[in-house]
Amino acid sequence: MIDTTINFALLLFLAATAFSILRRTTLFSVVMLSGVFSFVSALLLVHLDAVDVAFTEAAVGAGISTVLMLSTLALTARHEAPASRSRALPLIVVFLTGLALIYGTLDMPHFGDPSAPVHTHVAPRYITATATEIGIPNIVTAVLASYRGFDTLGETTVIFTAGIGVLLLLAGTIREPTGLRITAMDHHLVLRVVTKVLIGPILLFALYVQFHGDYGPGGGFQAGVIFAAAFIIYALVFGLEAARRAVPGRAVRWILAAGVLMYGGVGVVSFFFGKNYLDYSALGATATAGQHLGILLVEFGVGMTVSAVMVSTYYAFAGQNRPIGDEEW
Amino acid sequence: MSLDDVLGLFNYWMVIVLMMTGLYIVVSRGNLVKKIVGLNIFQTSVFLLYISMGKVSGGTAPILTGKPEVYSNPLPHVLILTAIVVGVATTALGLALVVRIKNAYGSIEEDEIQTMDLVAESEAETTGHRR
Repeated sequence: MIDTTINFALLLFLAATAFSILRRTTLFSVVMLSGVFSFVSALLLVHLDAVDVAFTEAAVGAGISTVLMLSTLALTARHEAPASRSRALPLIVVFLTGLALIYGTLDMPHFGDPSAPVHTHVAPRYITATATEIGIPNIVTAVLASYRGFDTLGETTVIFTAGIGVLLLLAGTIREPTGLRITAMDHHLVLRVVTKVLIGPILLFALYVQFHGDYGPGGGFQAGVIFAAAFIIYALVFGLEAARRAVPGRAVRWILAAGVLMYGGVGVVSFFFGKNYLDYSALGATATAGQHLGILLVEFGVGMTVSAVMVSTYYAFAGQNRPIGDEEW
Repeated sequence: MSLDDVLGLFNYWMVIVLMMTGLYIVVSRGNLVKKIVGLNIFQTSVFLLYISMGKVSGGTAPILTGKPEVYSNPLPHVLILTAIVVGVATTALGLALVVRIKNAYGSIEEDEIQTMDLVAESEAETTGHRR
């Protein structure tokens, strides 16, 4: 009963947030509300047992996305222009689509039904075989990095490609480092002190999430985002130049490529042991030891690429011709 | 339709409400940043649909504890986990395009951009140049 209540309350809260995003015209509130939306959906994901997913959503949606959108606002506009055309047609289209989709759900198995087809097809195989074949407790990591390693390699490449795309789109307009420090946050003493205290624990936590992903919620995707968040918060408070001195853009671009290369390289190594691509079982003395090593390496590659994409994307946005002046908000 | 049906399908219906809110923002608003926020809402609602289907009543997170337990389905989790990170990478790409559009047109409102395109097109026609 309490489960159902929490579930419904969170869903209603999400709907309320989405409606207020729709109604707001100040883009700053729209972006902040979309951060709230991500955070509440992360809560709901925890409630639905998807702890790994919730972790990612909280780090990505409420953290990085919000920062990127605010950077975009600083470069574009702060308000949405008033409507210039009729909204009746979109409303009708959306209403009819919604009705069709609801009609489609009427045949679906009920929420939480253990006999639903999705739970009886291949899922039990992974749940029962992970302990013996892969030897790690987190089934999500086992499927992600080993059983379905090909797909994750593809997704890492998509992230890599998107990062390259952002760099190509914004590279022409990036301001050259002038040696001048942007002093926008210099008078925020509390922010500066708190940031200094926070950065160490954030980096340490990112490493924990990276290397503990086999045993608990976590892994390369989450760790990469958290790792990048530490550098982004540093750049936000101490200025882009200081962040570039700590981690030069060139180094980030090398890491960006090295991560994908590492993932792909682990697959090539399995060739030399006479195994299939990305079959880690030959990498160690026993099959499960090989799986452990393989998963550790590919997750590290994922973490490198993800954090480098996030940091270089932030550098590209923040390095545009207009630095964010905090008094303008 | 019984109360049982309503309770059992409520999650999916709420997901559809969220999805349609996102779609409505995308098609009805002309501001490009707001469109991207709308796309994000749509995307998150798809995530919630998948994860809702993976939930097993009385189940727990799919991390082996060594004891016999009921686990929720891990496969949707894997699918959505990577989708979230790919989603933020593509959002960043979309935002980069918005910044470039602002640089090129001086506006991020769809209507104004289209008007400028039409004006440029008719000017090119009157001077006899093909674009």
